[in-house]
Amino acid sequence: MKINSPLEAYKYLPATNCGECGEQTCMAFAAHLIDRSKKLTECKPILEEKFAKKFKELQTLLAPEIREVEIGVGERAVKIGGDDVLYRHRLTFFNQTALAYDVWDTMPENEFVERVKKIDDFKKFYVGSFLTLNMVAVRCVSKDPKKFANAVKKVIENTDMPLILCSFDPAVLKAGLEVAKDKNPLLYAANKDNWQQVADLAIEYNVPVTLFSPDDLDTLKSLAVTFAKMGTEKLVLDPGTFPTGKDLKKTFTNFLKIRRAGIEGDKDIAYPIMAVPLTAWMTQDDVVSASYWETVVASIFTIKYGDVMIMHSLEGYALLPQLHIRDTIYTDPRKPVSVQPGMNKIGTPDKDSPVLVTTNFALTYYTVESDLASSKINCYLWAIDTDGLGVEAAVAGGQLTAAKIKKGIEDSGFDLKKDTTHNSIVLPGLAARLQGDLEDETGARILIGPADSGRLPGWMEKNWPPKPK
Amino acid sequence: MTKKTKLTDIASLFKDLNIESLDGVTIEGDIELNITGGGGLNPALAYALGQEISHISLHMANIGRILGYPVDQLFSQAPGMGVAGVTTPTKTTMQELLAAKFEVSPIKNWTNPIQEVTLGATSADGGSRKSTVTLGGENALPYYFDAEMPHRNYITMDVFDMPIGMAKAVKSNYEDVINDPAEWAKKVVRDFNADMVTIHLISTDPLIKDTSARDAAKVVEDVLQAVDVPIVIGGSGNPQKDPEVLEKAAEAASGERVLLASASLNLDYERIAKAAVDNGHVVLSWTQLEINAQKELNRKLMKQCNVPRDSIIMDPTTAALGYGLDYAYTNMERIRLAGLMGDDELTFPMSSGTTNAWGAREAWMVSSPLPQDSEWGAREYRGPIWEIITGLALSLAGNDLFMMMHPTSVQVIKEITQTLYGSIESKTVDISNWIGAEV
Ligand code: B12
Ligand code: SF4
Repeated sequence: MKINSPLEAYKYLPATNCGECGEQTCMAFAAHLIDRSKKLTECKPILEEKFAKKFKELQTLLAPEIREVEIGVGERAVKIGGDDVLYRHRLTFFNQTALAYDVWDTMPENEFVERVKKIDDFKKFYVGSFLTLNMVAVRCVSKDPKKFANAVKKVIENTDMPLILCSFDPAVLKAGLEVAKDKNPLLYAANKDNWQQVADLAIEYNVPVTLFSPDDLDTLKSLAVTFAKMGTEKLVLDPGTFPTGKDLKKTFTNFLKIRRAGIEGDKDIAYPIMAVPLTAWMTQDDVVSASYWETVVASIFTIKYGDVMIMHSLEGYALLPQLHIRDTIYTDPRKPVSVQPGMNKIGTPDKDSPVLVTTNFALTYYTVESDLASSKINCYLWAIDTDGLGVEAAVAGGQLTAAKIKKGIEDSGFDLKKDTTHNSIVLPGLAARLQGDLEDETGARILIGPADSGRLPGWMEKNWPPKPK
Repeated sequence: MTKKTKLTDIASLFKDLNIESLDGVTIEGDIELNITGGGGLNPALAYALGQEISHISLHMANIGRILGYPVDQLFSQAPGMGVAGVTTPTKTTMQELLAAKFEVSPIKNWTNPIQEVTLGATSADGGSRKSTVTLGGENALPYYFDAEMPHRNYITMDVFDMPIGMAKAVKSNYEDVINDPAEWAKKVVRDFNADMVTIHLISTDPLIKDTSARDAAKVVEDVLQAVDVPIVIGGSGNPQKDPEVLEKAAEAASGERVLLASASLNLDYERIAKAAVDNGHVVLSWTQLEINAQKELNRKLMKQCNVPRDSIIMDPTTAALGYGLDYAYTNMERIRLAGLMGDDELTFPMSSGTTNAWGAREAWMVSSPLPQDSEWGAREYRGPIWEIITGLALSLAGNDLFMMMHPTSVQVIKEITQTLYGSIESKTVDISNWIGAEV
């Protein structure tokens, strides 16, 4: 983004304060443009003919430093790139790193389909939704365009995920494209030998394309400048991922250099970057070591500027940290992640069902809710307003207190004496020290649950219904 | 470089491009083209020339029109060559890659080096350690090309003064030494390649065993006897008891330049700081994910307690992957950047309680409690990698010293941090053919 204050953006807006964008004033809207929480097209008046020039100018000023590239079509299409900063606390990072996993065209058919489905299905619950993988990378190992086209076709039959078509042979890529031309796949890759033909394909089929120049940034830039001149800026840069030792350090340096140059305004190199942690498998023999090293390399380049990555391991113990580190880095640091405070019914609770208390920190709330729901515990669960803090931090900081809990329950119009047969509340184990106070405040019986809500099912078996005093 | 080319030279240039359209044409006069950059007829020059000439041809065509020649008819005979079509070709064919030079500048506002801090003292300095560990001294973010990183990352492995609850994958490594801190310390150095040892005196907590400060100090002596690497001494975390425990421990270890863990804002940090200063130790300044609290505590240690700058290390708190690592990562990154840019209250090396990663359920639970989740994979592999990725992320944020527990995690963190530091040779592998690799 070329401007950084709302005032600079405001100058281009219609200045009528008409409110159509949902903001009271143009200035408020301008502030959202600067923090990128609203899009310019949400201001309808500026789309009118008479503002055409201003619209164009402002749009150029607001464009992110790193170009955005879209891969795939439909709901599972991914956008990569689009960043404006080098450190997440300066704004936030946009467009999560897209994670692609490989299949290859010499795989036996049944294994192939099973693998595609596994990539498609993998999911891990976290903070109210599922973390998932994004793409399938089809590698041509056979060197046979027909075999490759067949493999691409099989992937398309089994998933809507975006594709990466991998070969350095333009004939192979063309065969793949013929099958996948409606799917907006990412081509991998043009290099200094095949670039003319691959450029022709990218432009003819209008698809994004990766430029591959291992440890040679001059040539990488040359390719990018040439492709832009030829008519496409839907580019992804791969400076090569060397998996070990000083070569890996060089790779790390290349990623830093490319992104720094891009953010600092070198438009010629301001494209999304690809890492290929899969190369870890070329130096490690056993599955566990390779999966570990691949995950380590993937994590480095999730943190430092990789926008799309190709991996091989489908072991749960590798995928989980890959998904979580990505979520860690791409969580918007400006937003406290919280849920609406109040009472929530889990399943179909009745008068005998337990009353549980937790906080409105999204991570806490969704963890507890899903633990309860998945073990089919019918109950009432209160998200107490702790300003979006987890249990321990809220108890330590005084945002979770007996008075707050009492108020939270009363505000929902719930009466422990009338609406339950047991007149009791279950506290999180980590809030045990509120027990006495809460007993005094509510007159109810206070039970201390386990420290981790994942242990609630076992705890319920032993402790519910509460034994009479 | 600027080079002037006369239009009359152009015909000869075109030979190389296989264009014969100007054959037999003589252009007279003094039309000159200014061509900037390049030398000789490189592809960029040819491209630029081509563009200029197209423009000239447009002017020429206009002159033709004025003279009454049916120019447009002529153009439209050639497919796709209408004059209007000259404006933006959707595709330009190129014969050669355009030349380009990649350039990027180093960061200019990293002007303040991070403080160097040495842990451990050899006999030359009045201690009994065989080796010492120096942290800090950076002039850039870790592993960045802007400046050489003077010291690698180090790892101190946890030892407890009594058996404690541990994840199964961790515990299985220590069952033989769990009742003997000295043997435990020996084991982590000998078998697991620990650079340092942390002895946690948790049994001193009044709510656990309430071991006396004097007895705790004996354990410290035993550990110092058992190993010759620098050590860290940790209290139980009880704010009432810790000052007394750490005082006695500091005396017992006098002259060994240990790291005392920790001074924090919610206990009598002055006593701990004094114990460190009096016995030649280093203080761990521990705050909880709050950059301003970290500044405040460091300031108090320096100004109020007179702790020298070379005797402070910070622990800004480590949260596990998936459980607040986003806060911990950014907190450390901000602290390191502020230090490099001149905030003298934050220019200290950092330490991470990476072991905290084992608190995440993904690290220790047998399987997901949720039936909708896909397979989490074997937990004996999940735990160590949770500790690794938590530590790795913080190493990239500027962390220098890692307090860790699982031997595999220690080994991998060493491997990757030393790789990025630049001291590990590569295995030769031709990645240019990775697509066809058998993996
Ligand atoms: C991230 C974090 C923060 C973030 C908070 C982000 C947020 N939105 O909550 C920030 C930076 C803001 C923060 C600040 C502070 N923190 Co803090 N923080 C953490 C950290 C690293 C992780 C906490 C977390 O997110 N856990 C994950 C969530 C999901 O856990 P949870 O809410 O506890 O939920 C689990 C259980 O409680 C249970 N559960 C939840 N609900 C229920 C309900 C029932 C019925 C049952 C049975 C179970 C149950 O199951 C859940 C899943 O396992 C911990 C250290 C750690 N544990 O790793 C320290 C920690 C919680 N923080 C601590 C402290 C002291 C603070 C501060 C007071 C520091 C300070 N001096 O400023 C402040 C307080 C801020 C305030 N209240 O004003 C201490 C608390 C010590 C204590 N026990 O009293 C901790 C433990 C660090 C430490 N070791 O000292 N913190
Ligand atoms: S819609 Fe446009 S003109 Fe109307 S208030 Fe919003 S920014 Fe201003």
